Amino acid sequence: MSQAAQSIRPAVVIGGNRIPFARSNGAYSHASNQDMLTAALDGLVARFGLQGQRIGAVSGGAVLKHSKDFNLMRESVLGTSLSADTPAYDVQMACATGMEAIGSLANKIKLGQLESGIGGGVDTTSDAPIAVSEGLRQVLLELSRARSTSAKLKALSKFRPRDLAPNAPGTGEPRTGMSMGDHQSITTKAWNITRVAQDELALASHKNLAAAYERNFFDDLITPFAGVTKDTNLRGDSTLEKLASLKPAFGKNLGAEATMTAGNSTPLTDGASVVLLGSEDFARQHELPMLANFVDFEAAAVDFVHGAEGLLMAPAYAVARILERNNLTLQDFDFYEIHEAFAGTVLSTLAAWEDADFCKNKLGLDAPLGAIDRTKLNVNGSSLAAGHPFAATGGRLVATLAKMLHEKGSGRGLISVCAAGGQGIVAILEAR
Amino acid sequence: MADKYLELVNSGFTKKLAATLGLPRPAVLRRHVPGAPLVPGVVLLLGESSGAQALADVLLGWGLEVRRHSAGQERLGAIILLLDELSCPAELSAPMLLAGSALRGLVPGGRVVSFSRPALATDAPALAAVRQGIDGTIRSVGRELRGGATANGIVLTDDLSPVVPSALAALRFLLSGRSAYVDGQFLTISTDAGVAPEQQGAPLAGKVAVVTGAARGIGAAIANTLHRDGATVVVVDVPAAGDALAKVANKISGTALQLDITRADAGAKIIEHAISRHGSLDIVIHNAGITRDKLLANMDAARWDSVIAVNISSQLAMNEAFLAAKLSGLRVVSLASTSGIAGNRGQSNYAASKGGVIGMVRASAAAFAEAGGSINAVAPGFIETEMTAKIPVATRTVARMLMPSLMQGGLPIDVAEAIGFLASDAAAGINGRTLRVCGQSLVGA
Repeated sequence: MSQAAQSIRPAVVIGGNRIPFARSNGAYSHASNQDMLTAALDGLVARFGLQGQRIGAVSGGAVLKHSKDFNLMRESVLGTSLSADTPAYDVQMACATGMEAIGSLANKIKLGQLESGIGGGVDTTSDAPIAVSEGLRQVLLELSRARSTSAKLKALSKFRPRDLAPNAPGTGEPRTGMSMGDHQSITTKAWNITRVAQDELALASHKNLAAAYERNFFDDLITPFAGVTKDTNLRGDSTLEKLASLKPAFGKNLGAEATMTAGNSTPLTDGASVVLLGSEDFARQHELPMLANFVDFEAAAVDFVHGAEGLLMAPAYAVARILERNNLTLQDFDFYEIHEAFAGTVLSTLAAWEDADFCKNKLGLDAPLGAIDRTKLNVNGSSLAAGHPFAATGGRLVATLAKMLHEKGSGRGLISVCAAGGQGIVAILEAR
Repeated sequence: MADKYLELVNSGFTKKLAATLGLPRPAVLRRHVPGAPLVPGVVLLLGESSGAQALADVLLGWGLEVRRHSAGQERLGAIILLLDELSCPAELSAPMLLAGSALRGLVPGGRVVSFSRPALATDAPALAAVRQGIDGTIRSVGRELRGGATANGIVLTDDLSPVVPSALAALRFLLSGRSAYVDGQFLTISTDAGVAPEQQGAPLAGKVAVVTGAARGIGAAIANTLHRDGATVVVVDVPAAGDALAKVANKISGTALQLDITRADAGAKIIEHAISRHGSLDIVIHNAGITRDKLLANMDAARWDSVIAVNISSQLAMNEAFLAAKLSGLRVVSLASTSGIAGNRGQSNYAASKGGVIGMVRASAAAFAEAGGSINAVAPGFIETEMTAKIPVATRTVARMLMPSLMQGGLPIDVAEAIGFLASDAAAGINGRTLRVCGQSLVGA
């Protein structure tokens, strides 16, 4: 170990807070990203008694963001009970936004640059930014540059009625024009993931999340918001029969072979989550719990544009690298938190790790990473049940896993989050 | 939620109109304001018992102007009656008639406070008669006073002197604006335990307090008041009330603990949170409570059982955990209700739970005293909250105005002040008792 590495200290997950996640255009239709993030932060402040404190940094962001929210995190902090002396900055890495924010804060804590940090994210597809069309935008910009009346008229003459149609953000990939679900349907088929296997994973997610609520697991992880006390997507009474009755929603070009439905894909969701991190000294000084160490994190990206790899497969690569760096095998974990963008994503990733060809040719390994013990996978439910407000998922995963590890009192957990643009982030946490 | 009638009869044209029409005119009560004088005028100390001089010295030490026998034309802030050494009913005449002749000089928001001894079955009949008579006469004075003035008593057990710490703490409380809605009540002092606070303005400094049901209403007011008095406060409520709870916590720099108190491990969770996060657990306020009103003839098991589970069974279970943990000097104050004393139509379940609280604190006093602690209850009468705002207007107006001597409902702060007093170390000599905060009424939840 190098001299610098020896001086690195642990970054500790102290706890987290999120608001219940709500299906898009539902309970949070009239809440902005800033409203939700402020509520999540204030709940965290209340839980840990951080009123008036200067936190080292608050980092996070939103995937769908209004241009007026250029300083979303800082503006949100100013609306909370935290000290106004708390710096904050925005991060954006699609669905991995929360993980990137939290991981980077952990690094700064490890290096001694920060004593404390709050990382997380928020997203709303209900209060989404709607932009004017490119045509109208060009007209307006030229109009603002025009000095003379004739130049102004000339600019206006370029306006066409069709330019009035607004641009709403979609989940389509800019370079392929395909939706994320349609991308995943290619991967799902490539790995021969069956409809039943996907429905079973979705059902387990709902059952596990419902059971976690039942045993009060979320009492210190969630603060209600806008009258919502539980994730509104949760269907604890769902059955395989009900899931089997749903029609395919993605990969419809596959015809009878299409397997991805609204039941085994995450719905568009609104919500916010935050995680409090600190040095051991910070936690001790403030008499705060230490749930887990944030050990390491790794990002990966794949070339999905030219078809070399599936859009959401980057975490499979990131895991290989983070395991090697930490001298661990895929089986050295007590919990696996694999973000359920689609049931097919999780199952394709697991299949890839078990596949000798993939591990040899794509990951450059002598042997496959192997199978995991499925009873350790998403044991308190994941995105299929809770929903997936893009940037808020990282905070949900880190806080949930840290609490699970602390309850167990030993062991480690693996987080894997895929993201648009063929990216992904994985992380390792260790119990305290 | 505000009492509009109270505002109208105390301001502007409508004040004059109300006077002309002879409408009842409830007064704006003298409530505690930090830094305000303890008593709004001179103090007349009546009665010849042996503790008189010592008490007068204490009052002088508090910076009060004290008169014996008569105050002449001076404006009276309080009349204190030392009746603790009377031996037969005839002896009550002199001090009561003296007090009567002075009553007209009592300012609005003034106080009458008596010192007496409990009437026991083992007393000589004449002795018991005068002692029990004091109870009746002071309550009657309370009903005669106007302008937000109140009459209350301090009952000294055994041979406790009027200047034992808790008697003085009770006196300060009753003289002050903190007792604004306490009227016609007696505070019994059991022992000479108790220490006066180092700073009267922060009697709970350094204490860690837990308040259940703190997301709104009376619970939020209790949390605010304990914080104002110097305590670090942990606010507890059910997870579903977590957003309101977070706001309360953030306002008072406390911590929020989302917890269903009917869980078997609720007591353990509270102890764990308070000690790991704040270093100790000194005060617990059992405030969480629900109503599920229904005439008994229409009552179902869900309504009955949930009220009992939340309002009393949970407290019994948590108290067992607190006692088992041997927390030194723990002060518990529990919310009872005048419904538990006088009964209330449609509240047979609620009254069972709240009467239960009164029995529980009486029977738990010895166990808490063993570790240097105490347990008492406060029984609110009609308090203006979100809960009572749901009562139909006519019923509410009658309840708040006609029944109590003070002709108005109390405010959450009035309950909170009484709780803060009983939770203070100065009140350590009061144990197993229930203090009513009802404006001298007998209705209300």
